[in-house]
Amino acid sequence: MEYNSSLPIYLQVANLIKRDIVTGKRELGEKLPSVRELAVSYTINPNTVSRVYKELETEGVCFTRRGMGTFVTEDSEKVKNMKEEMAGTLIHEFLEGMQQLGFTKTDVIRILKKKEESGE
Amino acid sequence: MNDMENVLESIGVTKNYAGKAAVDNVSLKLETGLVYAMLGPNGSGKTTWMKMVAGLVKPGKGEILYKGKAIGKESKKEIAYMSTEPYFYSWMTVADVGRYYQDFFEDFSMEKYHQMLKRMELTEELKTKKLSTGMMAKLKIAVTMARNAKLYLLDEPLNGIDLLARDEIMKSILEVIDPDVTLVISSHLVDELERVADAAIFMKEGKMVRQCMVEELRSSEKKSVVDLYREIYGHGGEELC
Repeated sequence: MEYNSSLPIYLQVANLIKRDIVTGKRELGEKLPSVRELAVSYTINPNTVSRVYKELETEGVCFTRRGMGTFVTEDSEKVKNMKEEMAGTLIHEFLEGMQQLGFTKTDVIRILKKKEESGE
Repeated sequence: MNDMENVLESIGVTKNYAGKAAVDNVSLKLETGLVYAMLGPNGSGKTTWMKMVAGLVKPGKGEILYKGKAIGKESKKEIAYMSTEPYFYSWMTVADVGRYYQDFFEDFSMEKYHQMLKRMELTEELKTKKLSTGMMAKLKIAVTMARNAKLYLLDEPLNGIDLLARDEIMKSILEVIDPDVTLVISSHLVDELERVADAAIFMKEGKMVRQCMVEELRSSEKKSVVDLYREIYGHGGEELC
């Protein structure tokens, strides 16, 4: 996979895992791979993976059971919020980009409507 | 886990070849449990420095301490060095290479060697002189990583390797990582090491010009190792043909 050069790798991998969770590719309560397994599958440093899990834990997306590993949260509300948050970030970035190009919000809505009508 | 401990210290190390400094006053510390990318173009001193740590070459000036003691018989037992040069006798088969290593190093694990061979798709009856460049590189990695060393020095492990095999090699390297194992991987393929390294050491004309933590570089300076490499050397590292 390709990594963005200025964002820390641990955040990039954390985002990938979050995406897998909101899309249901990883289920609620599912056990996540061990640090070593994840390091090998993404070809990244195990210390980075530990940081990924620490980050996800801080955000409440995952939790660790001592001696058993790291698991996806069982809280569906949490996942729903996360999904909205991620969508919010995307929309914000999109609108900002459009604004820089000189489009107003009304323009953006008009363009999106046209897209919808053309069936894209 | 004692992660603040330094496994290696290089203090003002200098080595001259024919009056020219191959390694020039290099001082650096390696923290236990981290993966270091040693970067720089050919002739920047990476190989000579590694050979001194491996105990194959003596520094002209300065000293190298492994766990607080000078490099010698004891350090060699725990330091695994993989050189760029092919170093097996031409009559050897892949199986012979394993036995040869077993005789030399107490920490060599035949079981681990067999696992590595399997993963690299190398068979024991293959003759080393008939191996392609890529297969030879895989064999060197397999036999080096089959040691249960505490410090691994890998000189250009990705040189001459195609993309798919590179991934195989990086994965095999990652598997040995442990809180008490330290790795130094040299390369001019900066990109490949970016995701794997905790820290980067930049060498230029025999001198250590910069040492930094990879993720810190990204978050505080918004730069990747490749960006920094370009800044230091004026180009983005050599491409493999």
